[in-house]
Amino acid sequence: MSETKEKVFKGGAFLIEDLGPEDVITPEDFTEEHIMIAKTTEDFVEGEVLPKVDLLENHQFNHSVDLLKKAGELGLLGVDVPEEYGGLGLDKISSSLITEKFSRAGGFSVTHGAHVGIGSLPIVFFGNEEQKQKYLPNLATGEKIAAYALTEPGSGSDALGAKTNAILNDEGTHYVLNGEKQWITNAGFADLFIVYAQINGDEFTAFIVERDFPGVSTGPEEKKMGIKSSSTRTLILEDAEVPVENVLGEIGRGHIIAFNILNVGRYKLAIGGVGGAKRGIELASAYANQRKQFKTAIARFSLIQEKLATMAVNTYANESAVYRTVGLFEQRMSNLADEELKDGRAVAGAIAEYQIECSLNKVFGTELIDFVADEAVQIHGGYGFMQEYEVERMYRDARIQRIFEGTNEINRLLIPGSLMKKALKGELPLLQKAQTLQEELMMFMPEEVGTDTLEKETYLLANAKKIALLAAGLAAQKHGTKLEQEQEILVNLADIVAEIYHIESALLRTKKAINRSGLDKSNQKLLYTEVYVQEAFNRIEAHAKETLIACETGDTLRIMLSAMKKLTRHNPTNVIEKKRQIAKLVLQEEKYIV
Amino acid sequence: MNIFVLMKSTFDTEEKIIISDGRIEDDGVDLIINPYDEYAIEEAIKQRDEHGGEVTVVSVGTDSAVKQLRTALAMGADQAFLINTEEDLDEGDQYTTARILEAFFEEREVDLILAGNVAIDEASGQVGPRLADKLGFTCVTTITSLEIKEEKAIIERDVEGDTEILETMLPLLVTCQQGLNEPRYPSLPGIMKAKKKPLEEIELDDLELEEADVEPKSKTIEVFSPPKRSTGQVLQGELSDQVKQLVSLLKQESKVL
Repeated sequence: MSETKEKVFKGGAFLIEDLGPEDVITPEDFTEEHIMIAKTTEDFVEGEVLPKVDLLENHQFNHSVDLLKKAGELGLLGVDVPEEYGGLGLDKISSSLITEKFSRAGGFSVTHGAHVGIGSLPIVFFGNEEQKQKYLPNLATGEKIAAYALTEPGSGSDALGAKTNAILNDEGTHYVLNGEKQWITNAGFADLFIVYAQINGDEFTAFIVERDFPGVSTGPEEKKMGIKSSSTRTLILEDAEVPVENVLGEIGRGHIIAFNILNVGRYKLAIGGVGGAKRGIELASAYANQRKQFKTAIARFSLIQEKLATMAVNTYANESAVYRTVGLFEQRMSNLADEELKDGRAVAGAIAEYQIECSLNKVFGTELIDFVADEAVQIHGGYGFMQEYEVERMYRDARIQRIFEGTNEINRLLIPGSLMKKALKGELPLLQKAQTLQEELMMFMPEEVGTDTLEKETYLLANAKKIALLAAGLAAQKHGTKLEQEQEILVNLADIVAEIYHIESALLRTKKAINRSGLDKSNQKLLYTEVYVQEAFNRIEAHAKETLIACETGDTLRIMLSAMKKLTRHNPTNVIEKKRQIAKLVLQEEKYIV
Repeated sequence: MNIFVLMKSTFDTEEKIIISDGRIEDDGVDLIINPYDEYAIEEAIKQRDEHGGEVTVVSVGTDSAVKQLRTALAMGADQAFLINTEEDLDEGDQYTTARILEAFFEEREVDLILAGNVAIDEASGQVGPRLADKLGFTCVTTITSLEIKEEKAIIERDVEGDTEILETMLPLLVTCQQGLNEPRYPSLPGIMKAKKKPLEEIELDDLELEEADVEPKSKTIEVFSPPKRSTGQVLQGELSDQVKQLVSLLKQESKVL
């Protein structure tokens, strides 16, 4: 979109590179248009969607269809669709902000997300010219609604194990599909489905299946724990006739589409998590100010303050991390020629480069909303358990987030797996770095760190990266190709890597803000960062220690642990005091504030 | 038709009012288009779409109003003017604003001016009527419906809950009341187009005004928050006793009798 070539970073490279504040995109970089787009979305959700929430929660999905059309009229469905196909073709920050603002709509945000994301993007990215012309203009306006059908009763995380079968008919005009796709969002009213099936039993392929094709039907509405405002049904294919021109992408290459779309689904869930967390903080802080016990507003109790501060600190780290990831897509895409940008595959490729970031954002973003919703209920006490209160719905709606678009367990396992692949392919010099580190550690002496703003945090980040390499290097050395089976260790490594990304994102964002607007105006950001870095570093230390202990014994272990001790030596921050300061402003403004 | 809208940016309705050193803190507050001015903008766009012409939005204020003007452009207005008084004026009142606008409109062809009924901050409702008076325009306040047929305007206005229907001629200044229309959200294509629409900034100099020409006619003596409402009191006992208690409280405590 922009003319200037920006620096481009490789996916996963953050683990070994030193970045400066100007290398990352932060929310402070949003343009006036971005902010206006966010405001329109916010007003739309508040003015149009929220008054209908009770109806939607009762499965009156004619309102979902109406609301999507209205959203389409405002352009809220066409942001990722190129202009030549009736969309707006805006940047990924715009679509991310829309996702964030929609999150307040609970289950309806899932309806919206499934339509614009996993429903429409397979065609944007992988459709041929005819398919794009035929389907995208109507999807961009909301006249037609899309759904995505991958999961089956017997294949969830093991998506490629799908049983749905497709066989070419004798005339060669249609594929005949048989099978069932389970838990399909928007199935109650979607006009088209992106369906994955095995051609002749073994060629995994994507199809565009219209609702009106012969043999296509849906089961009854599922009864769910949360996101009740979204329609979820089984898609039933009984000798469904799909014209051959509706094969999406290449035959036998459906996994490429599925893999790319998952990346999108993942980072978008993380953004939704940030949006939801902000709402949770609003509700909980307003309630804490108003609720009195022992003749005192509960907001005055420091334990309540601690909760609100922790919610805000983690929101800051996650917000910094997800928008940094979106910025990475943008930096990469700004280096593509216009021709390449028109080909959706290049855009998908720019996102896929950052699959590690997408996965770690998904894991932390969904755990953020889970944590915040849980604490928001807790701050509400018994009232939080009552359905009149928004936090009750928020709590139930949050639970699915850790499960769909790849469970958090699968996503955690993917992180070290992908890093290892990149290292072995020579894309990232992780192994070389790990080796030189081992030598360096023998001589390593902890530095005396000064007291300048964020100096300690910068030092801890550098050491955290060393700890990651130490733990990963040892695990790889010890288990070799069998490391795949050591899932507990892999998850520890994933958490260390994810913490590093979040620490760095928060740290660089705050530095950038201080450089631009001065320390005075960045005080809240500074507090968030100091607390986050301290707490995340403690977690990294624990994960790393556990990993070392599981991999080594005796003298070698003692040497390793003493190296760890050197790397973790520092003057700890008083987080209790800093959290009280954080909570003060949050309670005064009754919202997440930077 | 040449349609103009007078717009003020005001505090977001959810902002808390904090007073320090005798003035209202405006550091870092969220600003919005005065909600009544939103009705005016919406109506102007509708009238233009029906009759053709241009919608120009004008604001007297400071840099901070640029965002709201841009929002008006995103809703569909064609151009905007910010009359920036930040450097020239320390204070101003409704007279100041009306006098500046008078100068602004002096050389312009105008068929219709729309303003909000009141601004939600100071709520004087004076700028519109004062300007109409200076320009020699007919002025109709608190309108809830507007139909224009050639030079004729048929208007419904809200009169303390009743509706008055009247007919008048252009040029005309109206102030807009809730119920007139449902302001649209700026659409995404609208937002992207707004970036390229003209938004011109002018100062008093450009209007050939001196500071002395627009000196306020009123003085602000003191700024203070309304007193906090104390907790209510439920009177007990026989009805006649309660009445007695009430009378004595009204006399002695609140001193309204």
